[in-house]
Amino acid sequence: MIRALHRWPGLLAAALLIVLTLSGAALSVFPAAERLTAPQAETGLSVATLAARIQTAYPGVEQIRRSPPGQITAYWFLDGTPGAAVIDPATGAGVGSADPNQVERWLTNLHRSLFLGYGGRIAMALGAAAMLILSVSGSVLVARRAGGWRRWFAPLRGPLSGRLHVEIARVAVLGLALSSMTALWMSASTFDLLPITSSAPAFPNDVSGETGISITSIELLGQTPVAELRELNFPYPGDASDVFTLKTDQGTGYLDQGTGAALGWTDLTGWENVSETIYMLHTGQGAAFLGILLGLMALGVPVLGVTGVLVWLAGRRSRPRIPGNLPAAKAETILLVGSEGGSTWGFAATLHQALRAAGQTVHVGPMSDFDLAHHAKAQRFVILAATYGDGDAPETAKGFLDRLKALGTAPAAPIAVLGFGDRSYPEYCGYAQRVAEMAKTRGWNMLLPFDTIDRQSPQDFARWGRLLGQALGINLELVHQPIVPPTEMLTLVSRRDYGAEMQAPTAILRFALPRLTFWQKLTGHGFARFEAGDLLGIVPEGSAIPRLYSMASDRRDGFVEIVVKRQPSGLCSAQLTQLAPGDTAKGFIRRNPGFKPGKGRAPLILIGAGTGIGPLAGFIRGNKGHRPIHLFFGMRHPQNDFLYGQDLSDWQTKGRLTRLDTAVSRAANPSYVQDTLRAEGTEVARLIRDGARIMVCGGRGMAAGVTEALADILKPMDLTPQALRAEGRYVEDVY
Amino acid sequence: MKSLLATLALTTALTLPGLAMARPVTLTTTMNNYGGDGAYLALYVTDAAGAYAGSLWMAGGKSKYYEHLSEWYRATAGDTAQINGITGASVGAGRTLEITLDLADALFDAGYTLHIDAAVEDMRDSPNEVAVPLTTGGAGTPITGRRYIADFTYDM
Repeated sequence: MIRALHRWPGLLAAALLIVLTLSGAALSVFPAAERLTAPQAETGLSVATLAARIQTAYPGVEQIRRSPPGQITAYWFLDGTPGAAVIDPATGAGVGSADPNQVERWLTNLHRSLFLGYGGRIAMALGAAAMLILSVSGSVLVARRAGGWRRWFAPLRGPLSGRLHVEIARVAVLGLALSSMTALWMSASTFDLLPITSSAPAFPNDVSGETGISITSIELLGQTPVAELRELNFPYPGDASDVFTLKTDQGTGYLDQGTGAALGWTDLTGWENVSETIYMLHTGQGAAFLGILLGLMALGVPVLGVTGVLVWLAGRRSRPRIPGNLPAAKAETILLVGSEGGSTWGFAATLHQALRAAGQTVHVGPMSDFDLAHHAKAQRFVILAATYGDGDAPETAKGFLDRLKALGTAPAAPIAVLGFGDRSYPEYCGYAQRVAEMAKTRGWNMLLPFDTIDRQSPQDFARWGRLLGQALGINLELVHQPIVPPTEMLTLVSRRDYGAEMQAPTAILRFALPRLTFWQKLTGHGFARFEAGDLLGIVPEGSAIPRLYSMASDRRDGFVEIVVKRQPSGLCSAQLTQLAPGDTAKGFIRRNPGFKPGKGRAPLILIGAGTGIGPLAGFIRGNKGHRPIHLFFGMRHPQNDFLYGQDLSDWQTKGRLTRLDTAVSRAANPSYVQDTLRAEGTEVARLIRDGARIMVCGGRGMAAGVTEALADILKPMDLTPQALRAEGRYVEDVY
Repeated sequence: MKSLLATLALTTALTLPGLAMARPVTLTTTMNNYGGDGAYLALYVTDAAGAYAGSLWMAGGKSKYYEHLSEWYRATAGDTAQINGITGASVGAGRTLEITLDLADALFDAGYTLHIDAAVEDMRDSPNEVAVPLTTGGAGTPITGRRYIADFTYDM
């Protein structure tokens, strides 16, 4: 609901809002410029003195105005010719043209009405309303995504456009909400929807009939400081019944032109005061700094518009059509999807197609549509669920847990729950796990044990598919083809081989950087921008499913490097480990923002085993700022698979690596990396106290062992790996 | 329709003897290129004693700006009932406003004066931009305004 309230006003009003905010941002500069350039009155200068100075310089003066930024303008007639000038209050003489700035006028008209008159004003008012709705709904979405209002500024992960969208929005939203609310007030005032009446007092009937008082003898003008002046109107020449009209920040009054007596005064009404404050907050007239600030925030809107549309397009593209989807009541197998960005739908479509091909009757729908009454023929339920934020329900699963809780008795048809997530997040598959646990406590029979898919791995999915097939007594081969980004031809330039003696051939493969198109350079797409820790997708010959490898190099290193171990029946690893220099492979970059050392001087504890050294070596190679890095590396035998052995000692000499501790598993005294970690427990604890960040890369078994060892090391400090994970100080890249 | 309402507004104000004694008069106001947004114009009549007699036309729809037409505003206390049905759009720089009204014969050669107050956003207020006696002889003679009006003519 909230999402729809954000999506549709955003898409409909995007272009309008870009015009509104760009013109608004440009306009915000003028009050500040005026404040800086306008000659300011000396403190304590009275209106009487100012008026007298101006009258000396321009005897036919009719009107003196002071703008909120403090610029004073005088209007006069001399020999029947009108004149006007910006006045230096120190002398009363003109110092500049009083003609309106044509650029400002053009921008103002664009901003308030698109040059379309009344209809244009209505359109812009609707634009402001859309911006207010977007600010409110967007704030709710940001809070939900971050896991609460208190975590408003929590670090973000995910695709660049979505991150940029939230990053800008959470800073700019206050300004945008303020600007849109004040805009709506001003529109309402323009359309006469507000009961604002002028507070000018009734024009006096009883004037003295005399004329020609010296302006300096008028008491009220002598008492009024210029800083409070808005407008002083002189009596019309030759009209003895006319008066001086004085407008100040307090109100409006009339003064006799013969005696100088005050003939009536009214203060500004409450409505007028509110209206003027709102005018100031919107235009920055009288609050130039705020104006500039609001203008800067408004500049975020064009970026928000573009990234918002990109996020929406990405979501739409990734949600496939599902041909032959049966109605909920007719299917025996019910697939329920909880998807946030849309990628889980792709997996559901693959599963649906495979089950249909195996002769099953299948319905696919969102988890939020779950209702036992609608699934009359159901023989089994399969839940495919992603996680949103801190273990929350993804968009299409809203309300599912509540419905599950309200269930009296679990249905006889068993259930299987599959979670989709990213292991580098603290709440990996947290939502799916909660669903599985809730189903279990409700006494629902499990068709399969709870399982997870890391980072949309097609291999994980195929493995789970075989288990599902066994449970159903059918042969189920799930070939999921995630949408593969455009690939580039990568040419191998060198390879270093290890581990051949131990029947575990491993190679460090270095590819040349592919040539970049101008567009890629401009936008930073593809190989134009990558860092160690990002992923290289390789699409092997004879398969459409890419394999992902952690990258051991940065764009600035000038090459693309990965570490590959040949898997017993691995198609891709076999092809890669057989490449000779000059051979090519097809690859693409996938960003992995969750696994980065980040900026700062805090020490790094890098822990890896086997090919897991890849990205860690990349971090060390890039550590030219000599940030303290402590590497724990596990291998089988130093003679055979000490990956990057020579480089590591070079880097240590150059100060890029502070300390190296190795574990050797095939030695007289075998040890694993977690054992070395325990042995160095005191040092590790000290580094963590100093704010160290821990990064683990390698096999799943090793990662679990490391977590256990860390838990023991952290215990005396009243810390847990989970707590560090939540702070983003403990991240993993495991496979 | 406009001219009928205009007549009604003026007759109410002036209590003229009857509609039969009226004639169509065309008021043509041409603005100079003053370099600002659309001008607000108030066209109204005062009697021989200088007292407000009635309004003929208001160019500009937002009543919150009427106080800048200061002589008209002073005479009417900003009473929008004075211009009910005889209000149109503001007049841009270089543009011409042409209105035809049925004006009572009694208004001519009897000391009545036609005034125009003008105001432009962010520019000076110009009360009495034009003040021209209504005479049959003066018809067709262009008058120059003080600041914004290039020329003003009334034709019978």
